[in-house]
Amino acid sequence: MESAKVHHMTPEQPAFMAKVPNNKALMLDEKLLFEQSTKGRMGVDLPALKGTKSRTGLAERAKVGLPEVSEPQVVRHFVRLSQKNYSIDGGLFPLGSCTMKHNPRLNEKMARLPGFARIHPMQPDSTVQGALALMHDLSHWLTTLTGLPGITLTPAAGTHGELTGMMVIRKAHEAAGKPRKIVLVPDSAHGTNPATAVTCGYTTYPIPTNEKGHVDMAAFTKAVDELGEDIAAFMLTNPSTCGLFEPDIKNIADKLHSIGAWFYCDGANFNAIVGKVRPGDLGVDVMQFNLHKTFSTPHGGGGPGCGPVVVSQKLIPYLPVPRVEKKGNTYSVVTKDATSIGRIKGFNGQFGMMVRALTYMLSHGADGLQKVAEDAVINANYILAHLKDTYHVPFKSTCMHECLLTDKRQKETGVTTMDIAKSLIEHGYHPMTVYFPLVVQGAMLIEPTETETKETLDEFIATMKKIAWDAANGNADALHANPVSAPARRLDEVRAARQPVLRWQTA
Amino acid sequence: MRYLPQTAADRAAMLADIGVKTADDLYKDVPAGMLLTKPVNLPSHQGEYTVERTISALAAQNLHADGAPFFLGAGCYNHHIPSTVDYIIQRSEFLTAYTPYQPEIAQGTLMYLFEFQSYICNLTGMDVANASMYDGATSVAEAVLMAKRVTKRDNVTVVDGLHPQYLDVLKAYLTHSEGTITIGDKADDTTACVVVQTPNFYGEVVDLKPLRALCDKTGALLVVAINEIVSLGMLPAPKEADIVAGEAQSIGVPMSFGGPHLGFFACKEGYIRQMPGRLCGETLDADGKRGYVLTLSTREQHIRREKATSNICTNQGLCALAFTVHLSLLGEEGFKQLARLNHEAACDLADALAKVPGVKVLNKTFFNEFTVELPKNSADVVEALADIGIIGGLALDGNKLLVTATELTTPEHIAAFTAALKEVL
Ligand SMILES: Cc1ncc(COP(=O)(O)O)c(C=O)c1O
Repeated sequence: MESAKVHHMTPEQPAFMAKVPNNKALMLDEKLLFEQSTKGRMGVDLPALKGTKSRTGLAERAKVGLPEVSEPQVVRHFVRLSQKNYSIDGGLFPLGSCTMKHNPRLNEKMARLPGFARIHPMQPDSTVQGALALMHDLSHWLTTLTGLPGITLTPAAGTHGELTGMMVIRKAHEAAGKPRKIVLVPDSAHGTNPATAVTCGYTTYPIPTNEKGHVDMAAFTKAVDELGEDIAAFMLTNPSTCGLFEPDIKNIADKLHSIGAWFYCDGANFNAIVGKVRPGDLGVDVMQFNLHKTFSTPHGGGGPGCGPVVVSQKLIPYLPVPRVEKKGNTYSVVTKDATSIGRIKGFNGQFGMMVRALTYMLSHGADGLQKVAEDAVINANYILAHLKDTYHVPFKSTCMHECLLTDKRQKETGVTTMDIAKSLIEHGYHPMTVYFPLVVQGAMLIEPTETETKETLDEFIATMKKIAWDAANGNADALHANPVSAPARRLDEVRAARQPVLRWQTA
Repeated sequence: MRYLPQTAADRAAMLADIGVKTADDLYKDVPAGMLLTKPVNLPSHQGEYTVERTISALAAQNLHADGAPFFLGAGCYNHHIPSTVDYIIQRSEFLTAYTPYQPEIAQGTLMYLFEFQSYICNLTGMDVANASMYDGATSVAEAVLMAKRVTKRDNVTVVDGLHPQYLDVLKAYLTHSEGTITIGDKADDTTACVVVQTPNFYGEVVDLKPLRALCDKTGALLVVAINEIVSLGMLPAPKEADIVAGEAQSIGVPMSFGGPHLGFFACKEGYIRQMPGRLCGETLDADGKRGYVLTLSTREQHIRREKATSNICTNQGLCALAFTVHLSLLGEEGFKQLARLNHEAACDLADALAKVPGVKVLNKTFFNEFTVELPKNSADVVEALADIGIIGGLALDGNKLLVTATELTTPEHIAAFTAALKEVL
């Protein structure tokens, strides 16, 4: 009798249940290293100390506050973390404006040669001739591809290149008498453009986008006529953030030059035209590259990047230092220059990225780079052609290397761009860029790049159609709930911002 | 072409679906005559081993730290990097991911950024740290810009001994804002901040207390610049600071001819909303599970545009990972021991150099680098040493030489250095 009674009760949870980790097959729960720390563990073996008396003049530090773990724990920790990440090596990453293309491993191997990785930026020039030659060669490739003769390699990323370029422009205006006041920026521009202009002491003046997705020429002309010589420059992204080539670009350049303003081109989207069009021919005066986009250096989960800037002849005197110069067969670094804007970064810039980019360019060659642009554009148009009947297309035209769609149709059943993006995650894709450019409601900017096969694109297209089908056929709730199978569900961003927890602390 | 999967048949089929004849038809908006019909005048594509030969030949021309006794530092340091670091950062999922804008499939990146921020806070004694800056020089410049925003004051005092390149970058960054930069140790009620580097450019360790008192008196912020982060394993955390900014290349990141390196930025809690750069924060997901996101982005350019606290976007994510892996391996005791080893090597170097006739150590205090006075022009001496395969430090003005030792400096290196010095002096 007694035992039968026990049998009917729900058994009490044994204590070991609480210790069962929250793992699901290959998805492994992982704590912070701080939470795995055990006093006495260490992941390095260092030689014994001699006990030399300290000459720092200050009391020796007792506690730093770092976890204590062994090497195998460190390896396992970071391998488990890596398994929570999506990557271009693992799948399609159609993030518009970011050019997530294949990152060749040869580039990595070359950057790690001790002759590059293990040299110091302040060694005598005579001991680093090969490194300086590499910078010189890369400069030659980049100036040739753009038809713009001056270059600096030092900026650390695209945005830093923008800053450098705008400082060069300001300096040129100052040299001509006055810095001017205003920088024109299209309303479709990336946020870094206005932020940069302001950092250089300018105010921005917005130029609207017309119904075709291009610069509104009437508004532009009016701005130029009204603001005249107060305009320092126009910062235009070409191909634009709507994925279109600006048809009036030559007229824009001429108009700017007629009032003595400079034409800044944000080169983030250079992949669409590399080897096909030289920005210098279009009248561009300054352009930054994002080597971590067009030239395949890995994005590394948020850098490092590299943002060289090319400029037209008249702006060369104002470029930052250091610069590499070649005299005969000898290379040297120029660090002093009276007309320059000065130094904008420590040492020589992101040299390791320069090694990778040149390796990539030599691999592709001039012929291959032209194909890069063509295939990038074909791939984007292929997606557009197959999705234009399923998703709303704000600008009816073929596109450049990325195509722009919106959620206008799906919204009728309450499914938004956010839901579509999160559903792509559920289906094993990294989403496209969402809600950018800001001027297009519910924007979805899709950039497949040239390194994807037709089969991959076909599968992606089918998946996008399925999501739209689900939206139209009563499955909206499932789409709102996505992703359900990812390492994390949708995260509470409001909570993160309202009660910021930005570091680990013991309870 | 090995990186391009599309075959001629693929292209033809795709163009047909698009409804155009050739790829060039898609470039219809390019102004007439501006579409290049031939490839630009550069070499054609090459196979992997040909490229490898060309690039390797350039690398082979350089004298690198594995092939030479090495005494150069000055903001870029020759430290050992455990093999685990490079293995981890080359994992596809870290190397080839984008900035973690989609947190559900970027928890790996976000978690290490959270650990990175926590490490920087603990090292510096500050309350908050961002997810990295381009490098030490730009980080210090951004710190000064932030101090100007916080105090709404214009002038800047820089204590002598800031890395000269950091000073140059600061000058360039401040070109377009009001105010002056004064070298010295004076401040008043117009001073936004006092910037001081420790150990300073000459290697001297700086006592921050008098500067804290000066800042308390004038309402200026104290910006502490650090370019040898290993020093924080031995020196006290610079808790006197309001902002600590600098370079963390020494942990996990190769010298690589000056970049990519790793800027860090940390400050007191009250200034969070004025900080530049990205911040990673903890939150919960829809199942109530702990997770991480980029947060407080209303400071940043993609939301605030012209009102952003900084224009920074892509920064040094993978270098922050390298740092986090290396520092995790070192841990509490390893990091302190590494710092001590650096100091002991520098003490050995100082003692050995002091015995070379005509050489005088100028520092009263130092961590792992210091300045010596030579009987001869130091630039000439550095060149002469390079000719015999020794990287002998950084020539400063006149006869001064800045020399550095790390855990990689051996007694044999020091002996080779002193012997060579005796020859060239
Ligand atoms: C159009 C555009 N401009 C500028 C940037 C900024 O470049 P970076 O992130 O390299 O600083 C980006 C990249 O996100 C971009 O898409």
